Parts: sequence; C-alpha cells; structure tokens
Amino acid sequence: MIRVILPGQLRTLAGAEREVQLEVSAPTQRAVLDALEERYPMLLGTIRDRVTGRRRPLVRFYALEEDYSDEEPDAPLPEEVASGKEPFLIIGAMSGGSTPSPPGRAGEGRTGTPDA
Amino acid sequence: MSQVRLLVGTRKGAFIFTSDEGRERWDITGPHFPGWEIYHLKGSPSDPNRLYASQSTGWFGQVLQRSDDGGKSWQPVNNDFRYEGEVGPHKWYDGSPHPYEFQRVWHLEPSLHNPDVVYAGVEDAALFRSDDGGRSWRELPGLRQHPSASEWAPGAGGLCLHSIVLDPKTEGRMYIAISAAGVFKSDDGGESWKPANKGLRSAQIPDEDAEVGHCVHHIAMHPSRPDTLFMQKHWDVMRTDDGAESWQEVSGNLPTDFGFVIDIHAHEPETIYVVPITSDQHHFVMDGKLRVYRSRTGGNEWEALTNGLPQDNCYVNVLRDAMSVDDCESSGVYFGTSGGQVYASNDAGDTWQTLAHDLPGVLSVEVQRIP
Repeated sequence: MIRVILPGQLRTLAGAEREVQLEVSAPTQRAVLDALEERYPMLLGTIRDRVTGRRRPLVRFYALEEDYSDEEPDAPLPEEVASGKEPFLIIGAMSGGSTPSPPGRAGEGRTGTPDA
Repeated sequence: MSQVRLLVGTRKGAFIFTSDEGRERWDITGPHFPGWEIYHLKGSPSDPNRLYASQSTGWFGQVLQRSDDGGKSWQPVNNDFRYEGEVGPHKWYDGSPHPYEFQRVWHLEPSLHNPDVVYAGVEDAALFRSDDGGRSWRELPGLRQHPSASEWAPGAGGLCLHSIVLDPKTEGRMYIAISAAGVFKSDDGGESWKPANKGLRSAQIPDEDAEVGHCVHHIAMHPSRPDTLFMQKHWDVMRTDDGAESWQEVSGNLPTDFGFVIDIHAHEPETIYVVPITSDQHHFVMDGKLRVYRSRTGGNEWEALTNGLPQDNCYVNVLRDAMSVDDCESSGVYFGTSGGQVYASNDAGDTWQTLAHDLPGVLSVEVQRIP
C-alpha cells in the first residue's frame, strides 16, 4: 500500500482526503501516478502534462526528505515508500502560481498574465 | 420577475452575483475554485443554468469545469486539449520559431442553440470544440494550420485566442481574434479561415497594414446586426459594417484609444462602451479617473460616464473579457477591474454602483438574464 499526500488544491479538485492510499504492485513514480489518476480522473493533466506525460514544471515529488522530482519515472520507489511506512508527497513548488515557468521549461518567458 | 446573474472570474477564484431585475441588491457567492485563476466562465444562451468555467494555475495547469445548476455545483470535465496533426512553430518573443504548446483556455463560447456545444479559445492560439458538454474536445485545426500561423507572435500575455463571436443569422459564420495575429473569419463552422484585418493599422509591426500581426484586444457583435462588429485594438477603436471585410477607425474624441474591453448595448446596436487605458506602457486608466466612454453613434463621438465611479487616485485596468451587458428593459452594463472592483449600471451607464470592492483582480465578467 502506497500513501500519497496531495496538495490542497488537488485534494479539493479530486474531492479526496489529504492522504490517498493506493494498492500498487511494483511501485514506481509512473505506476503510482497512473493509479492515482485512475481513481481520480479529474487529476489527469494536473500533475503530468497530458500530451508529453512529463511532470509539470511546478509540481515536485518528495519522499524521505529527499526530492524525487527528477528521478526516472520507472525507477522503483524506496522501500519505505513502497511499504507505506513513509508517504509520497506531491507538492506545488514554492515558485508556482502565476509567475513565469523556470528557465528551460515549457513556457519559459511567459508572463502568465492576461494583462497584455 | 426574472433574475440577473453575473459570473465573475478572478485571479483567485470565481464569484457569482445574483439580483432581481431591479439590480439594486446583489447576493454574492464564492470564491468558487479558490486559489485558481478563472480566466473565463460563461453560460449557455439556450440553457442558462449550464455554465462552463476555465480554471488554471501555473502549478497544476488547466481544468475545465461545468455546472448544470447555475453554479451551485460543478463537475470537472475533460481538459485534454491536444493539437491535431502536425504541430508547427509560431514566432517566439525574440522572433525565433517556437513549437505550439497548449498553455490554457482563455475564452469559452457556448453555442447559441445547443448547451452541449461549446468552443474554447486557447493559448497557444487555437480553437477547440466540444459537442458533448466538455467531455471531449477536438481542435478545429484549419485555423492553426493557416499559412500565416508560423508568423504569429505572442502579445505580452501570450499567443492567445481570446475572442469568439458566433453569427446568429448566417449558419457556420464565426469570427475569432488572436493577440497578436488579428481577426479571422470562417464561413464553414470553423473548418477554414481567412484573415479579416483589412483597414487595421498598427505602428508596432513592420508593415502597418499587414494582413496579419495586429494585436486585436477584443471584438463584439450585436445579434441584430451580425455584419457590424466593433473592435478594441491595442491602439484604436474600429468598426466594420461588411462582416469584417474592411474596418474603419471610430476612436474619434476618445482621450486615448488604447484599451481592452468593448461592448454593445443590448437594445441599441449603435451604442457602444469602452474603457480607455492610458497607454500600452501604462496599463491603468488616465488621470486617476475611472471613466467608461459611451458612444451612441456607433463610434467617433464619445461621452465619459463617471457617475458613481472613482475619480481620484484610481489606477486600475479593465481586461478584455471583463465587461458585459444585460438585456433587461433598461440595459445593464457591468465591468470588473484589475483592482478587484466590480461595477454595475442598471441605466445603460448613466449611473454606477459598486457591487464588490475587494475581490482578487477581475479577469472576466459575463451577465445572464435568467427567466
């Protein structure tokens, strides 16, 4: 059993509790997100881009006080996460909101404002 | 007595205002979708309780919401906006080629006749249509595949398709506007498009009267005269009387002809409203005074409407989708500001009341009359 902690806005969107428990055999980042989106289809596109399948630039994945955001999606998750002892956290990055996307990401240089 | 409902999208959620036809006392609910940017929400003309809302954030991208009960409850619908066929480049800010990438939905335009049919104008500029109430979307790719599309360049807000106008009299005729490409017209329901910018002049582009490349901010049509459209361009207020085959400037005596919104009185197709903004460098109203300008002559001759609006130390903007008119007997006019104020007039702009002082910055305002 995997424990996934959702950020507040996605919890509201999904109508879910803060912690979602998922049964995932051979848990990887991709398998966990697939299972999460299967249970809550309204989360499709909010964590991973609908076209590329890649993590959205301002979403981060943390576990065991480490940043797993840039790990390979098919790499096995740590045993503590796979066993449910420690949660897998999905986080909206501190730099998020309507500010420009980080350098090198899709959307670089966009102002994110309709004021133009 | 019918009810009037105001749908207000802001930088941090949506708010719904309701009143009776007198429009003196308003109830406000919200924020709906707190914390999310609500670029636009709009009701179906054929089923006013069917609403669509575009919800997005920089963190979690685009969500589309639908309500079947006038905004009391909402259901997320499909947010899969996938460009069709080969996805080429447009111009980036620095002039280099940049691939089209879906960013967000700017504008939702429900069909005039079928509540399950709705168009979505998106950034990077493209037009999508749903025939099943938002459960699925398909691009109308003829627009993005227009031969000029590789030359389209974003305005400061992005390469956005922000205006969709459906002709109520000619089946299949529609207009869209893109910043900064201009107006395009279709006579076949959006399958094929032609630029419709003849008469526009923009000093910000190398060829001032180019076929495309103009930063059109908003267009509006009165349903009784679908061949007449009004436009607020980056600079200049324009009109056409031949279905956008040619445009003429009608800025006339406006103190500045930069602005974003333009709208038309519900019963007087030659009465139009704009909110002049100082300049493209100063995105706030002139001289610290919030003034709506009204022309009763279809342009050129304008009068300032100030009764009830702040006339000191006011430095707000009014964005392109943030004005709407109702069709009550005495037509109402509504607009919201970047400072989070919502103003309403129940006498065609002669006097104004403040409906809300302190909302998040307003992105869109749409009014509905509910039987």
